[in-house]
Amino acid sequence: MMPDLSVNLCGVNFNNPLIAASGTFGFGREFCEFYPLEKIGGVSCKGITLKERPGNLPPRIAETEGGILNAVGLQNPGVDHFIKNDLDWLKAQNTVVIANIAGNTVEDYCGMAEKLSDTAVDFIELNISCPNVKSGGVQFGTSCESVGSITSEVKKHCKKPLMVKLSPNVTDISEIAKSAEYSGADVISMINTLTGMRIDINSKRPIIRNNTGGMSGPAVFPVAVRMVWQVYNAVKIPIVGMGGISKWQDAVEMLMAGASALQIGTVLFNDPYAPVKINEGLSRFMEENNINSIKEITGSVIPW
Amino acid sequence: MKYDTKDFKLLKNEEIAKGIFDWTVENSELCKLAKAGQFVNIKVPSRTLRRPISICDACENTLRLVFQVKGEGTKLMSQMPVGSYVEILAPLGNGFKLEKGKRYCFVGGGIGVPPLLFSAKQTENPMIITGFRNKDLIILQDDFKKVSDEVYLTTDDGSAGIHGFVTDVLKEHLGEVDEVCACGPIPMLKAVAEVCKGEVNCQVSLEERMGCGIGACLVCACKTKTSEGEAMTQVCRTGPVYNAEEVFYDA
Ligand SMILES: Cc1cc2nc3c(=O)[nH]c(=O)nc-3n(C[C@H](O)[C@H](O)[C@H](O)COP(=O)(O)OP(=O)(O)OC[C@H]3O[C@@H](n4cnc5c(N)ncnc54)[C@H](O)[C@@H]3O)c2cc1C
Ligand code: FES
Repeated sequence: MMPDLSVNLCGVNFNNPLIAASGTFGFGREFCEFYPLEKIGGVSCKGITLKERPGNLPPRIAETEGGILNAVGLQNPGVDHFIKNDLDWLKAQNTVVIANIAGNTVEDYCGMAEKLSDTAVDFIELNISCPNVKSGGVQFGTSCESVGSITSEVKKHCKKPLMVKLSPNVTDISEIAKSAEYSGADVISMINTLTGMRIDINSKRPIIRNNTGGMSGPAVFPVAVRMVWQVYNAVKIPIVGMGGISKWQDAVEMLMAGASALQIGTVLFNDPYAPVKINEGLSRFMEENNINSIKEITGSVIPW
Repeated sequence: MKYDTKDFKLLKNEEIAKGIFDWTVENSELCKLAKAGQFVNIKVPSRTLRRPISICDACENTLRLVFQVKGEGTKLMSQMPVGSYVEILAPLGNGFKLEKGKRYCFVGGGIGVPPLLFSAKQTENPMIITGFRNKDLIILQDDFKKVSDEVYLTTDDGSAGIHGFVTDVLKEHLGEVDEVCACGPIPMLKAVAEVCKGEVNCQVSLEERMGCGIGACLVCACKTKTSEGEAMTQVCRTGPVYNAEEVFYDA
């Protein structure tokens, strides 16, 4: 029997546990050139804001050993444009649609949650962990109080399941996760990027125009696994694990640490077919180990 | 737009000038899709990001790519053995718009010169002006001479060809062409755009650091003037070729 790769979060069925991470996949159209989007479990759309944003000046990316740093600065066409121009198309691709929202104020977040609640999106992902914008974003994500208050406010306006995306740039991520859970988060997604910096030694200028950027890619993977494991032991709600997953073995590892589903991002730049390959590897692993469903892998690490 | 990532066989890897390598790669599916001014994104073992390189020339089954060793990725590329396979995402971006019946002048600076060869080949009686820092960095002159009877060469230090900048030559001959296509460093593109302004239409090919290469990640931003006002567009998808007047060179 073929192992069942599907996962169910809050009543929403995903064809498989791999979700494209916000910011790396646009609204899906460009990747549709490679494979039908139903091959991936879901798409977390490019972070959207209430009004259109131009984003930061370039360069917006730098490479580092085992990863990248980026500071796009939430360039996006605004929530109304997304609903009008991208959502219907994406919904028709037979994959789960997650709207990733970011704002400057609590009202921004609530306003967007309200608008999106009346659409066909399957999930709302609260982005309170973007390190690349001056106001808003991560300022909401770094203390238990602010995470709690924004989660509970948005929850009041949100008729969709709510995923809260956590920043790793904090002292104790389990406490933050508990606060999100207590305030009504249905799912935790983690981790967003780690703030970093690269300098061009010839020009003495930071490579990224924003000076600092969010680091992602294989180099952050062990940090992500550790944090997912800590949060898995602290909350009861499901976790969508991400941070440097680039091969099927990483996917298994992240699931074992406690993730119920996964997001992948940076690896797509290296290999746009990565999700398809990871799913194949995952399926083979399950077959060889007589595992029937992803659920059986989640949290199955046997700690010392 | 049609693109995919496939294995290409490396047929040739030769140093044609100091630190500049000339690749021929083979793939029967993707090469024939290539258009003038487009680029490819090359997967380099052990690097997270692919390296964008312009299509220097294209045939049914092969692509020619000419690149300069700058950092770690291009260094690894220069060391790849002939006969090995390289994974390449291609063809990408919007290239030069070339119309029949127009006389084009192709202006290139340094490592911006390669994409002009494939482009020039597709036009009638093109004029070519290429400039380099010094004689050690000169590339593709014989190839251009096969395509055009009017090939001008400049060097910044006068060690070969005309002592001066490409714009010095362009100013002299602007009246003889209908349109200019340029690729090279930003200060050169800005100067070429200024020379052309109000005289002839000019297209410029830009570079920016990239992530996905296909328009999804919005990393490769370029501040441009569009019909709807100023906007950040993607060099990998809207570009790399822009109308010279659309671009903010000093952003
Ligand atoms: C559309 C396009 C076409 C290009 N065509 C050519 C060509 O035909 N021949 C050629 O020699 N070069 C070309 N370049 C520039 C070439 O991509 C860079 O020189 C190369 O990526 C540098 O990589 P590296 O590993 O040597 O440098 P590293 O410093 O190790 O690179 C680190 C990261 O920065 C990126 N990067 C560094 N410099 C540039 C740059 N100037 N432009 C874009 N990304 C950069 C790299 O891709 C990589 O992601 C082109 C760039 C673009 C955007
Ligand atoms: S590199 Fe991703 S949008 Fe251009």
